[in-house]
Amino acid sequence: MNFVRSHILVCTGTGCSSSNSPRIIQRFEEELLAQGMNQEARVVKTGCFGLCAMGPVVLVYPEGAFYTHVTPEDVPEIVSEHIVKGRIVQRLLHKEGESAETVTSLSETRFYKNQFRIALRNCGVINPESIDEYIGAGGYEALGRALTEQTPQQVIDAVLASGLRGRGGAGFPTGRKWQMTHDAVSPDGVKFVCCNADEGDPGAFMDRSVLEGDPHSVIEAMTIAGYAIGAHQGYIYVRAEYPIAVHRLEAAIGQAREYGLLGRNIFESGFDFDLELRLGAGAFVCGEETALMTSIEGRRGEPHPRPPFPANKGLFQRPTLLNNVETYANITWILNHGPEAFTAIGSRGSAGTKVFALGGKITNTGLVEIPMGTPLRTVIEDIGGGCPNGKKFKAAQTGGPSGGCIPADLIDTPMDYDSLGAIGSMMGSGGLIVMDEDNCMVDIAKFFLEFIVDESCGKCSPCRIGTKRLYDLLCKITDGKGTLEDLTTIEELCRHIQSSALCGLGQTAPNPVLSTLQHFREEYLAHVVEKRCPAGVCKNLVHFYIDPGKCKGCTLCATNCPTKAISGVVRSPHVIDQNACVKCGTCMDHCRFDAISKH
Amino acid sequence: MPNVKTVVPYSGTEEQEARLRAVIEAHKGQPGATMPVLQAAQEIFGYLPEEVQIMVAEGLDIPLSEVYGVASFYAQFTLNPKGKYQISLCLGTACYVKGASDVLAAVEKHLGIRSGAITPDGKFSLDACRCIGACGLAPVMMINNDVYGRLTPDLVGGILEKYD
Repeated sequence: MNFVRSHILVCTGTGCSSSNSPRIIQRFEEELLAQGMNQEARVVKTGCFGLCAMGPVVLVYPEGAFYTHVTPEDVPEIVSEHIVKGRIVQRLLHKEGESAETVTSLSETRFYKNQFRIALRNCGVINPESIDEYIGAGGYEALGRALTEQTPQQVIDAVLASGLRGRGGAGFPTGRKWQMTHDAVSPDGVKFVCCNADEGDPGAFMDRSVLEGDPHSVIEAMTIAGYAIGAHQGYIYVRAEYPIAVHRLEAAIGQAREYGLLGRNIFESGFDFDLELRLGAGAFVCGEETALMTSIEGRRGEPHPRPPFPANKGLFQRPTLLNNVETYANITWILNHGPEAFTAIGSRGSAGTKVFALGGKITNTGLVEIPMGTPLRTVIEDIGGGCPNGKKFKAAQTGGPSGGCIPADLIDTPMDYDSLGAIGSMMGSGGLIVMDEDNCMVDIAKFFLEFIVDESCGKCSPCRIGTKRLYDLLCKITDGKGTLEDLTTIEELCRHIQSSALCGLGQTAPNPVLSTLQHFREEYLAHVVEKRCPAGVCKNLVHFYIDPGKCKGCTLCATNCPTKAISGVVRSPHVIDQNACVKCGTCMDHCRFDAISKH
Repeated sequence: MPNVKTVVPYSGTEEQEARLRAVIEAHKGQPGATMPVLQAAQEIFGYLPEEVQIMVAEGLDIPLSEVYGVASFYAQFTLNPKGKYQISLCLGTACYVKGASDVLAAVEKHLGIRSGAITPDGKFSLDACRCIGACGLAPVMMINNDVYGRLTPDLVGGILEKYD
C-alpha cells in the first residue's frame, strides 16, 4: 500500500456534482500528474459534507483546510501552492459571518460546531465506492460481532435499550418493531427486511445523502436486522430519481457479496442474507409502509388498512420489518458504542441525533445532524447563519406535507418528537424549510395541499375528495373571495380528513393548513376580511402603485408593461390602470427611481 | 400528470422489441416483476405506448388492465413520448419558496409550451417535478441528466440556447 502525504477530499454528492465537482476531480488528477505530485497526494471522492450552499467543497488533509466554491480554474493554484509548497490558499477558504472571517478548519465553523454526527459519521469522510474504506472506519465489525457472539435477542435488546425511534417521521420505537417482527410467526418461516428509501417529502434529502455518502452502513444494518428477526432476504426501495444513490448502492451490494458479507454463510456463522434493490417510480404515497410493500410486489402503490401490521403480515403476506434509511444508519453506531452512549445524547424520549435538510430562505443550506432537543434557534441562527439579505425569519416548516410550521415566536422550541408534536408540527423525515417575511403562509398551505391533491392515490374518498375541496377553499381565499365561514368549513373538513382517511398520507394532509391557521390566523384574516396579502405573494390581492412624488416620468415602466396598463406624459408622474394590470411586476423591476411599490 | 393516450403513432423497431422480449424473459415468474419490466421498457422505448403495454401483459401473463393500472399510477411512467431534451423543473418546497414558479413561467414563455407538454418539433418536453434532492442549490431544474441550480428567470434563455 502506498502512503501519501496529502489527501484531497472532494464532495461528489448531488449538490456538489451539480456544481461541477466531477470536473474538479478530473482537473486535480491532471494537475497532480503535471506537477509531479501524484505519488504525494491522493484525490478521494466522498459523499456529502453537508454545506451544499458552499459547493463545490474541497477539504485538504492533513491541514484540514476547507475550500468552498471551488472552480476547475482554481485547481492548479491549490496544487502548486498548497500541495507543492504547503501554503494554504487563503482566498478560497470558507468565510462566514458578517465580518467574513476566514475559517481554516472544518470543525471550527459555526456550521459544524453545533453538530454531532452519528448517521452522517462517514459522509464526507470516506469514499462511498470503496468497501475497504468503510471497513477501515470500523465497518462490518458490528455485523461480525452480532453473528459470532450475540443471539438475535441480544441484538434486539441493545436496539430496545438505545431508545432509537423511527427517523422516517412517525417516531415508532425501532426496537419494538424488531421485537414484534422477531416474535411473529410466518407460515413457511419466510420473513423480510425492507428499507424505506423512497424519500418523497419535497425539501428533504437526508436519506439521499446517507445512501450516496455511506451506503454500506445501511447494508450492514439491514443484514444485522435480518439476523435479529430471522429473515434471509431484504429489499431496498429507493427512488429512481436518485441515480447517484442507486449507482452507489448497486456497487456497494456487489462489493459486499464479493467480500462474503452478503450471501451464504456470512462470517461462517451459517447465516444467509441477500439484498435486492427496487426502484420507486415517483409516487409519494409509496413512502407509506403498506403502499411501499404493495409497490415492491409490483402493483399500484395503494395503502391498505392496518391491522394487520407489516410486522405480522407485510411483503408477500409475510412478517416484514421496514425501517427508514436514517434509522438503519444509526444501528451499527449503537451496537459499536453501546446503547448507553446513544441515550446519553439527545433529550428525554428522543435519544440520539436527527439529520435535517436545511433549505429555503437560509444562508447555509445543506445537511445538518444535531442532538435531539437542540433549540430551533441554534439551527436557524448559528448553524444556518440566519435568513439571507437581512430579511426577518418568519417560520420554519418541518415534516413536509404532513407537518406544520414553527412560527418565529416559538424559535426556542427544542427539536424533538414530543416538543414538535406539542406545537402542532411534527419531526417528519427531516425537511426543514425556512421562510422569511416575503413568504405568505396561506400560499404555503396551498402549496402543500396542491402537492397532496396531486399525490393522493385515490383509494379513499376523504383524501381523494376532501383534500381537493380543501385546496379549492384555499384558492378562494388567495383569490380574495374567501369568507369567515370558509375558515370554519376548512377547520371542520380538516378534522374529518384526519379522522377518516385510510393511511398516514391522508390523515396528516390537513396538518399544514391547521398549523398555519393556528399560528398565522391574522394572515388568513387579512386575506379574507381586508382582501390583502401582507407578504405580497397572492397575485389577485396585490396592487402595484406609482408614487407620484418619486416618479420622474421616464416612461420606462410604460414601455415595458406587457399589457400597456401604464399611462402618462413624459416627465410627469405615470399611473397604473388597475383593471388592465396583470401584476407581473415588470414595471417594478425596471423603475430606476424606486417609485413603484406593491401592497 | 396529463397521462392521456398519445396521438403519436407507434414506431418501435424490431431491435427494440427484441430487447423488451429479453427483459420480459429474464423477469418472468419473479414476484413483483411488473415494475422493473416497465422501467426497462420505458428506457428502451422512451415511453409506454399501448403496443408496449400489450407486449408486457402478454409476456408476463398478467391482465393488460393491471399493466395499465401500474403504468398510469406512477409519475415516472409516461404514456406519451418525451422530447429529445427532457426538462424537469423542481417545484419542491425549497425551490418553491425561492421563486421556482417564476422560473417555470420563464421556461414556459421561452419554449411556448405549458408544463406537461412537448414542443412541436419534439425537441423539448417540460415537466414540473417534486424535489430532486438538490435543495441546497434551489431553485433547480434538470435537462436530461444535467442539473442547473440557483436559477433566476433571466438565466433561463441562456441555458436553453445551449441545447439549440
